[in-house]
Amino acid sequence: MSAVEAIRSIVAKHGKLPVDVATLQDDADLYAAGLSSFASVQLMLAIEEHFDIEFPEDRLNRKTFSSIKAIAEVVTELSEDQQAA
Amino acid sequence: MDMQTSLLDRLFSAGLLIDTGVDGLYGRGGAFEDVIARFEALIGRHAPDATPEVIRFPPGMNRAHFEGSGYMKSFPQLAGTVHSFCGCELDHMNLLQCIAEGGDWTEGQKATDIVLTPAACYPLYPTIAKRGPLPEGGGLFDLQSYCFRHEPSKDPARMQLFRMREFVRIGTPDEVMAFREDWMERGAKLIEAVGLDVELDTANDPFFGRAGKMMGNSQREQKLKFELLIPVTSAANKTACLSFNYHQDHFGATWGLETADGEVAHTACVGFGLERIALALFAKHGLDTADWPADVRAALWS
Repeated sequence: MSAVEAIRSIVAKHGKLPVDVATLQDDADLYAAGLSSFASVQLMLAIEEHFDIEFPEDRLNRKTFSSIKAIAEVVTELSEDQQAA
Repeated sequence: MDMQTSLLDRLFSAGLLIDTGVDGLYGRGGAFEDVIARFEALIGRHAPDATPEVIRFPPGMNRAHFEGSGYMKSFPQLAGTVHSFCGCELDHMNLLQCIAEGGDWTEGQKATDIVLTPAACYPLYPTIAKRGPLPEGGGLFDLQSYCFRHEPSKDPARMQLFRMREFVRIGTPDEVMAFREDWMERGAKLIEAVGLDVELDTANDPFFGRAGKMMGNSQREQKLKFELLIPVTSAANKTACLSFNYHQDHFGATWGLETADGEVAHTACVGFGLERIALALFAKHGLDTADWPADVRAALWS
């Protein structure tokens, strides 16, 4: 499963969106689709667990979780950094 | 010299605050109370013409309402619950023995149906939701309560039990945003009227843990919370004395608050930290109110 597909299924499970995640483009605005602050926190924790990464504090913001694509970019970057470390 | 301890010690010496042996838990002297009463009256004179519904809840709230509010999701570290002895006579004997031996007698205490109120507006939302849909134009409420937050500190501006005066607006997003904008201006004028320097800034609540960091960043990015900062113990690290909060549909959705049109109601509040404002006044103008500048005295004691 690619990172994007994995993130898509985590969003479907933890995002508590009022719409079907399958209908969203990778770059669709998740907050506009109904992602709440609290659901975004649960999403953050689930992504950390799945990818075995830890979001640094400066990435714990709305921009990081604004779309499936945005999450994938940060996850890829962190996976590379945190494996190299 | 530790500025914070110094102000607290001076307040104790002047009899404005009274030491109880617990950081953040203080008695209040008559002069301190008079300033709070005068400032509350001044708030009334600066409030808009619309007549709010006045409600005073005690400093404890229904535990079920507290649980439903989601407070424990965000601020578990600040909450205070009320526990009581619910045992039999034998349990009582064991309790007394435990106290005599200096043991942890509180272990057997059972949670009551009461939780200490964390913010003056928390008991309001379920109360208003119970009435059914709001009338046309929504609702406006005037609240004041002692509030509890478990954060012991020697900073007199960070008390564990303190009073919060609040105005709460419940209605459409436009109605509650207009209310908040209006109070941001009124609040600054009110504080300037008593000779204090103000600075308005975006802020976030002290949400718990790393998840809380994210909630806080999100709150800031969306400009959901503004604070009026006033120097109390330090000119560099100012203290938030008023806050202006837009909760979006958080409480509306949580409690089923509905506008007259059947939409989920939005809510906003302006909160005054009454002890913090009194402390800012004493820190700026001196510990004897008779020596305060004439215009400040006129504003408060007119």
